[in-house]
Amino acid sequence: MENRTFYNEILTSHNLRPLHKHDVPDANLELEGLNPSCGDHIILKLKVADGVVEDGGFVGSGCAISQASADMMLDLVIGQTETEARRLADIFLRMIKGKVTEEELEDLDEAAALQDVAHMPARVKCAVLGWHTMDEMLKDSLSGDDGGQPVSAETE
Amino acid sequence: MTSEERRIRADFPLLMSDSTAYLDNAASAQRPACVLDAQRDFYEHSNANPLRGLYGLSVAATDCYEQSRETVRDFIHAASEREIIFTRNTSESLNLVAYSYGLSHLKAGDEILVSIMEHHSNLLPWQMVARQTGAELKFLECEPDGSLPRQRLEAGFSPRTRLVAIGHVSNVLGRTAPVEEIVQMAHQRGAVVVLDAAQSAPHMAIDVQALDVDFLAFSGHKLMGPMGIGVLYGREALLEEMPPFLTGGEMIDSVTRTGATYAELPHKFEAGTVNAAGAVGLAAAIRYIQQVGFENMERRELALTRLAMEGLKQYPFVHVLGSERPEEHCGIITFTVDGVHPHDISAMLDSDGIAVRAGHHCAQPLMQYLGVWSTTRASLFFYNTEEEVRAFVESMGTVRRRIGYGE
Repeated sequence: MENRTFYNEILTSHNLRPLHKHDVPDANLELEGLNPSCGDHIILKLKVADGVVEDGGFVGSGCAISQASADMMLDLVIGQTETEARRLADIFLRMIKGKVTEEELEDLDEAAALQDVAHMPARVKCAVLGWHTMDEMLKDSLSGDDGGQPVSAETE
Repeated sequence: MTSEERRIRADFPLLMSDSTAYLDNAASAQRPACVLDAQRDFYEHSNANPLRGLYGLSVAATDCYEQSRETVRDFIHAASEREIIFTRNTSESLNLVAYSYGLSHLKAGDEILVSIMEHHSNLLPWQMVARQTGAELKFLECEPDGSLPRQRLEAGFSPRTRLVAIGHVSNVLGRTAPVEEIVQMAHQRGAVVVLDAAQSAPHMAIDVQALDVDFLAFSGHKLMGPMGIGVLYGREALLEEMPPFLTGGEMIDSVTRTGATYAELPHKFEAGTVNAAGAVGLAAAIRYIQQVGFENMERRELALTRLAMEGLKQYPFVHVLGSERPEEHCGIITFTVDGVHPHDISAMLDSDGIAVRAGHHCAQPLMQYLGVWSTTRASLFFYNTEEEVRAFVESMGTVRRRIGYGE
């Protein structure tokens, strides 16, 4: 796996110049995602109304993959319905396992740049942290559960 | 490559066949052919269950195993082979002391002293002992450079100190602990000293009698022996009165329906079929080290460490932890890079064919104490080359650009 190309411009610009790395004061959903062994850490905040993700942001620190992946995710899901956001999360998580079709990849837009993480087992938990956290919070939101326990991608 | 480098590396099949610049030696070393051959030879010519059978092969297997014990005894200058117990690794050796000695000798009100630099292997067993006995776990805090000056030691000891568990060389900072001073202070207070030699045994000659430690633990795989074999040295008088750690086969004299009398040292602490081939491989690794000579290994490691540290100095964004002096690093160079996460550094170096370690190095309390979450570690061994170190330094110059920062 050639990482020189893996750390491409899409990934590095989302890491160094994230659009969504900020607080969301009127968020109504919030969940912490943490990979204790490597220290990737985010707090994901979403504002969801009438089943639509109206706004979102995250704060935290960690490796380039974990931070860029969360930023790409928010690019995609803001403005989408909760159901669509969870569908995209499902595609992303399958992409990381190498089980995804070409059409599905197109739906992921820039997040498809992380496809090669499938060949980097040690980095999978970094890439899926944001997605896993969002999926957990929307699942709980849809089921009416309060949730609230921090999420880790390390048990994946 | 110099002729010396070429000659050394010819001993290591992996280094000859794999082009990786292997700079993760503090995690595990590579093995010379003589170690692999010794294990193979054992299985091909002497294999049977040692210590049991009355037939020739079993006697041969027992001889191989016990000769290996003698090689280890001589290597660390123990007084008797009864003081050498084979385990799986340093962790098991330390757990043996914690469960067998710790649980039976410590009580509420006693203090266990460890340093903030301990590997989790030399911390968690003592946390367990403290929890179960009510003893208090106290920490020796180091200076930022990893040193433990006298006043730091005095702040840690108390009249109630009963056991001191200390790493000989920090796996993060590479700093060597002032063992003689610690032993003296411990013994004055009637405390025993457990020395975790996992990182020191591959780099320096050890004399347990001169150090006067009560227990000492190390792993075979870090000193070029096989994985799955480790050593616990214990002072004979202490081992004699300690209860067994694991019970079962081969550690008994006689067993009735309700009880047993245990075997003599060291077998009392070696329950079950032993890793004889591992012990044979470890003995071969020790003989290999004796043939190369610690003085030659140290000379090469220091030169490589100096080259790496001087190379990294040209990058203002790289911060090496620990001492500024290469001779106080034991080949271990741990660092942070402004704005680049260690896992990304490790991945980028990997794509350049360089293997380094990233993370907390199983020393989270030290990381918290130093105020860093995660670091990158390059650890050098005598078989590394100047070329590998230069490639590492050069790659380090590119990581910030590759992660997207401007020149």
